[in-house]
Amino acid sequence: MISLSSYAFVSMILFSIGVIGVIARRNIFVIYMSIEMMLNGVNLFLATFARYHFNMDPQVVTVIVISIAAAEAAIFLSAIILLYRSKKSLDTDIFTSLSQGEKS
Amino acid sequence: MNSSLLVWIILAPLIGAILNGAFYFYHIKRNKVSELTFSLIGTITPLISFLITLYLFLQMYDSGVIFKQHLFTWLNIDKLNIDMALLGDNLSIFMSMFVTFVGWLIHIYAIGYMKGDEGFGKFFAYFNLFLASMLILVLADNPIILFIGWEGVGVCSYLLIKFYYGNKDNVLAANKAFIANRVGDFGFILGIIVLFFAMGGVNLSFESIESNLVGVEQSLLILGGFLLFVGAMGKSAQIPLYVWLPDAMAGPTPISALIHAATMVTAGVYMVARFHFLYIEIETIGLFIAYIGAFSALFAAIIATRQTDIKKILAYSTMSQLGYMFIAVGLGFYSTGLFHVFTHAFFKAMLFMGAGGIIIALHHEQNIFKIAQHRASLPIIGTTFLIGVIAISGIPPFSGFFSKDAILAAAFQEGQYLIYAIAMFTAFLTAFYMFRMYFILFVAPNKHTKEYVYTSKTITIPLVILAIGAIFAGFLNLPSVFGGEHLVDTWLGQLNSKTIHLSHSTEYVLIFASVFIALAGIIVAYNKYSNFDVYKPELEKGFIGNKFFIDELYDLLFVQTTKGISVFIDRVIDAKIIDAFIMGSSNTFVNIGKFVAKIQNANVRFYAATMLVGMTCIFVYIYSKLGL
Repeated sequence: MISLSSYAFVSMILFSIGVIGVIARRNIFVIYMSIEMMLNGVNLFLATFARYHFNMDPQVVTVIVISIAAAEAAIFLSAIILLYRSKKSLDTDIFTSLSQGEKS
Repeated sequence: MNSSLLVWIILAPLIGAILNGAFYFYHIKRNKVSELTFSLIGTITPLISFLITLYLFLQMYDSGVIFKQHLFTWLNIDKLNIDMALLGDNLSIFMSMFVTFVGWLIHIYAIGYMKGDEGFGKFFAYFNLFLASMLILVLADNPIILFIGWEGVGVCSYLLIKFYYGNKDNVLAANKAFIANRVGDFGFILGIIVLFFAMGGVNLSFESIESNLVGVEQSLLILGGFLLFVGAMGKSAQIPLYVWLPDAMAGPTPISALIHAATMVTAGVYMVARFHFLYIEIETIGLFIAYIGAFSALFAAIIATRQTDIKKILAYSTMSQLGYMFIAVGLGFYSTGLFHVFTHAFFKAMLFMGAGGIIIALHHEQNIFKIAQHRASLPIIGTTFLIGVIAISGIPPFSGFFSKDAILAAAFQEGQYLIYAIAMFTAFLTAFYMFRMYFILFVAPNKHTKEYVYTSKTITIPLVILAIGAIFAGFLNLPSVFGGEHLVDTWLGQLNSKTIHLSHSTEYVLIFASVFIALAGIIVAYNKYSNFDVYKPELEKGFIGNKFFIDELYDLLFVQTTKGISVFIDRVIDAKIIDAFIMGSSNTFVNIGKFVAKIQNANVRFYAATMLVGMTCIFVYIYSKLGL
């Protein structure tokens, strides 16, 4: 039997990797994948505690999160394609035209 | 007695002004309106005023009633109660008699003078408006209504001085007149306020002021009387506010004749006489007025001896004669002062109109030496001019002699020998400078023989009528020393004027002295100017020629100081202090904004890191609060 803390540990590692990916990486695709990783870290956490408490409610939430993430993926990918078309690049630092400062 | 006719004295010229104004607008916008229309409206309305005044005068002469008309209550706030009411007592009817009569004659004269002028209609509109304002001033029942007329004549004077506003000098002269008058008017309105408080807020008519004057603190009365006189200084061109009058001659000559000689400038004298009950109480201010008058008379006479502009000589002589009037009213001889106003209106209007005739004939030449160079025969104007000059110099039996001699005798009787001496010396100077002008204009030889071509009946007829007045008006107040009955003094008995009660022998000596001194002035002028070489004119230079540099002094004292203060406020206080504060505070906000804007750099990763930090902080906070 794998202990509860191991599950929690793995899900926290997944979430932290996701956070660091969002902050540190510049490629939009990688950021997107990091976001998915954070979601999955949370999903794992929810599923673990559902089993632990014999309560199915968190698993319902997990399924909802997965399905929403699937819908989100469609929007996200199409947005990425549009961004790529406009700048021919996926570097987030280029997309700063909403800022007050210099035009880019 | 109530009389509804009183208001029509004012309304007639007012309607004339409105009609002329409307026709003038029609004239410039649509079709030409003939000069005949303007002149008919312009001359008939003053005539109506004159006839009504004459009718009321005759009625008053028969029955001795005083006319009053209450039009409406203008203001009624708590204690402040101002009625729009008119008062036709002996004084105001006397005043409006000659204002309307002389005004009417000058209107007729103006038809000839302004002939062919573009602004013919406008001129008559202003002119009628002036007459209406003057009559409001004269017929007012309380100081507030008087002040409306007072301001009205000021505005009309301003409009008419800059009648030819294309010339910058005229506009400047008009501004000068208006601003100098404002200083006086400010004093006048303060005087009314002081009176109002001194009375404890009664109905402000002259009658109620007079009856409530008892028991009012003397210092308040002195202050009020002095402030009211400041207004008179401005309007009647006395030291120190006289500077506008000579410059006011920039307007067309009929204006100089009517406004700046015969009527408006005498408003100050009229006002003092109107407040006679006040000035009787405060003899110190009366004496002050008399001294101001005496020094103004002397000062103006000295300047006039060196002027070369025909109208400016007359302007200074006006100021000088106004000084005489103030000597009289200041010493309490109100009817004597008003009698001089009356005779002065005739001969001074005539002199100005004669001068205007000469100026027109010589195509707007005003320098007396240049006029003399081109002089030829000008019989009617020459004769009437001589009559005017003799009248103002005080040679019997012309009108100026009687009125001026009465003032001199009054000063002598009151024991004010300094004023008497100044007035006598001024009489000498008056005769001198008036005859200087006459000899240069009409007697000094020149090589020119051409006849003047310009003649107009409307110019000469009023001149002749006024000349008759200038000769005979003096007999109206023939003193008892000549077997007269003091008709004017009796008529103005309500003013409680002091009367002259010197012994006849003393009076003969005084009369002899004043006639002698006038003749001396004429002889000096004759010796110097009757054979004067008009091709070598005197120039306006030297201390007197430059009018004692008073204009320059005022410029330095008031204009330049005000300018300096304005520049200081503009450059230092406004730019360096107020702007620094306002702009400094706004710049602070801009800088804060710029700093905050740096956070909004559209860098997604930076946003994510911020979010992380923020959420961490929130969780730490919640964690510590829960105490887990």
